[in-house]
Amino acid sequence: MNKTWLIIQREYSTRVKNKRFIIVTFLMPLLIVGLIAGSAYLSISGTEHREIAVVDPNGFIQSSLKNTSQISFSFPKDVDTVNYIKKGFTDILILPKFEDKKKADYILRSKKSMGLTLQQTITTKINSAIEDQMLQEAGIQQSVLDSIHSASQFAELKAYEDKGGSSKESNAGLAMGIGYASGLLIYITMFIYGAMVMRGVMEEKTNRIAEVIISSVKPFELMMGKIIGIGAVGLTQFLMWITLIITLTSVAMGLLPADVQHQVAALQQSNGQMAGAGGMAQASEAATKIYQMQHTIQTANWPLIISCFVFYFMGGFLFYSALFAAVGSVVNEDPQDAQSLMFPITMPLIFSYLITNMVTQNPNTPIAFWASMIPFSSPMVMMARVAYGVPSAVSYWELGLSMAILIAGFLFTTWLSGKIYRTGILLYGKKVTWKVMLKWVTTKQF
Amino acid sequence: MDPLLSLKHLQKFYATQKAVDDISFDIQQGSIFGLLGPNGAGKTTLLRMITGIFYPDAGEIILDGKAFNPIEDISKIGYMPEERGMYKKMKIGEQALYLAQLKGLSKGEATERIKYWFKKLEMESWWNKKVEDLSKGMSQKLQFVITVLHEPKLIILDEPFSGLDPLNANLIKDEIYGLAKKGATIIFSTHRMEQVEEICDHIVLVNLGKKILDGTVKDIKQQYKENIFSVQASNCENIGDNEIFNIVRKEEEKVLVKINPGFSTNQVLSQLIKDNINIVAYNEQLPSLNDIFIQLVEGTHASTRAFQNQ
Repeated sequence: MNKTWLIIQREYSTRVKNKRFIIVTFLMPLLIVGLIAGSAYLSISGTEHREIAVVDPNGFIQSSLKNTSQISFSFPKDVDTVNYIKKGFTDILILPKFEDKKKADYILRSKKSMGLTLQQTITTKINSAIEDQMLQEAGIQQSVLDSIHSASQFAELKAYEDKGGSSKESNAGLAMGIGYASGLLIYITMFIYGAMVMRGVMEEKTNRIAEVIISSVKPFELMMGKIIGIGAVGLTQFLMWITLIITLTSVAMGLLPADVQHQVAALQQSNGQMAGAGGMAQASEAATKIYQMQHTIQTANWPLIISCFVFYFMGGFLFYSALFAAVGSVVNEDPQDAQSLMFPITMPLIFSYLITNMVTQNPNTPIAFWASMIPFSSPMVMMARVAYGVPSAVSYWELGLSMAILIAGFLFTTWLSGKIYRTGILLYGKKVTWKVMLKWVTTKQF
Repeated sequence: MDPLLSLKHLQKFYATQKAVDDISFDIQQGSIFGLLGPNGAGKTTLLRMITGIFYPDAGEIILDGKAFNPIEDISKIGYMPEERGMYKKMKIGEQALYLAQLKGLSKGEATERIKYWFKKLEMESWWNKKVEDLSKGMSQKLQFVITVLHEPKLIILDEPFSGLDPLNANLIKDEIYGLAKKGATIIFSTHRMEQVEEICDHIVLVNLGKKILDGTVKDIKQQYKENIFSVQASNCENIGDNEIFNIVRKEEEKVLVKINPGFSTNQVLSQLIKDNINIVAYNEQLPSLNDIFIQLVEGTHASTRAFQNQ
């Protein structure tokens, strides 16, 4: 045990002291923030602008079609499907005469085909124009309609989950985000750290230090020392990321103007209701938004999510890295061999990631249940489900069973890989297949 | 005196072959022991069993009077395998420290001894270098230091001189003698026979997993001698076959003769003197270990076995 500890220390310290580790640890959060900001910027600025010519024989549409940032509507004369491009329009929308509520098609012709979102925007606008027209025909005045439209936007959906007697506010969007992010993070880290274990084992084998070390420690101790040491590197990296994120957020909060900070604090104290008449209206828009964001984030059960994440990261890492270590131990100098032997390990990883994507939308399907039990996929899939809440989406026994199976799973893969490793690490110049490895496991070797 | 190490009927079978098939021998404390054999004879498997890397299928290993226990006895053994390596990116001092600690030394003790050895072998400036900066011979020196650092009772060196220049080879050789004098027992595995003749007290020759020779270098040479004498004379063209001896080979000013059974060396001399041969020198020609090795191993298909899977 003492020697395993020495090995863990070496594996850990050589990696953590490495410049690359430090750079990745500090650049990764910046990269992620940059990516999010970049894609947000692109989605705002990068969208195209459509100039749509509308041909409307009915006459009432014009007053209801309001321009948006992406679409401007015009109602020119003498425009048809032949000349609209020449006249500077990108699309032409041709409405029929709506008569007697007969089914009618309106036609959109475009220079370049239009995306689904824009098409839906146009449909909604036309339909509400027709609805307004019918309401007016039924005797409701335009001014009344306008005031109803603006005044009716006061209600908002708040979902709650029942927990015995009490109920708690829940947020499906947040749950999906957390589930997706933690699933993705586990997926990526399994690859990164699994490959790190494999490369470490290959390094020891190809530069022939393995035999020197194995004359001092048992092969199993060497393998476990490496796996645990690299796992600890992974945990360190997560810990630093979390610290970095918390620090950056509080720095960002500190940079806000004093009155906004004050208002946010006031909103927190009063649980979202500003004292006095008008409630939230007294707080500035910025303060309200920040408060709402904080409030949403607080609806998640963070201690549970973080402890589950640590458990599933470690469990999944131990499960997969043992297999990666086994592959590393049988590979000779040729990295091509590693590629083909890795395939049976990377396939379930990729497959689990795909299931995770489905589960973030729908945490309670049968496939979600089974995938969160099977240790190949449970680290990712169960995290996606846990984000929806325990015990509302995942019952305690499901979580417990999944964790127990994962523990049994990594004990099994460690045992299996230990058998392969001790043979493979001293075997040179022979190409090994999974079939041969299985033979090593089933027959006594040393 | 009890032997430091004795192997009793060791066996190790792989799926396709008998790597070590019933080998027994003793090694006395303080001796330099040569383990010889062609490639694939089972030497490495044997050494791996002695170092606790492999478990024997059958048989017993007695180390220092007790049954060998790989976990406890690991600190009594220093093993320098033939295929040796280091972490390329790690600093040499740290690496030596790490490997010494794995052998059970405390950090302080290990540092002290590394400094002692580095000074002795003129490696002091290496501490902060990386292994990738060392030449092959230099890293071999480092390997040797790491092997003996924890003062093992049994030092196992697999081809320790390959890749070393004569100067460094002598340096290491002197250290080996020094360690043996201090009471360490050394197993020396090689197929370089001239080194064995020079260094080893006792040898064992294995082939095809079996022991085929066991004894001191002197005894073995006596055992395999063929009563061949070399006669140096100014007029050796006059030497001819007779009933006492036959000529094996004639060289310039030197003739190798084989004494026929039932005759003594003095009878050869009297015959030569009678024939008016001007003898300058007359000595027994013992076979070299190399000759004995080739004689015993040749024709056993040993070389083909080396290419089968281990």
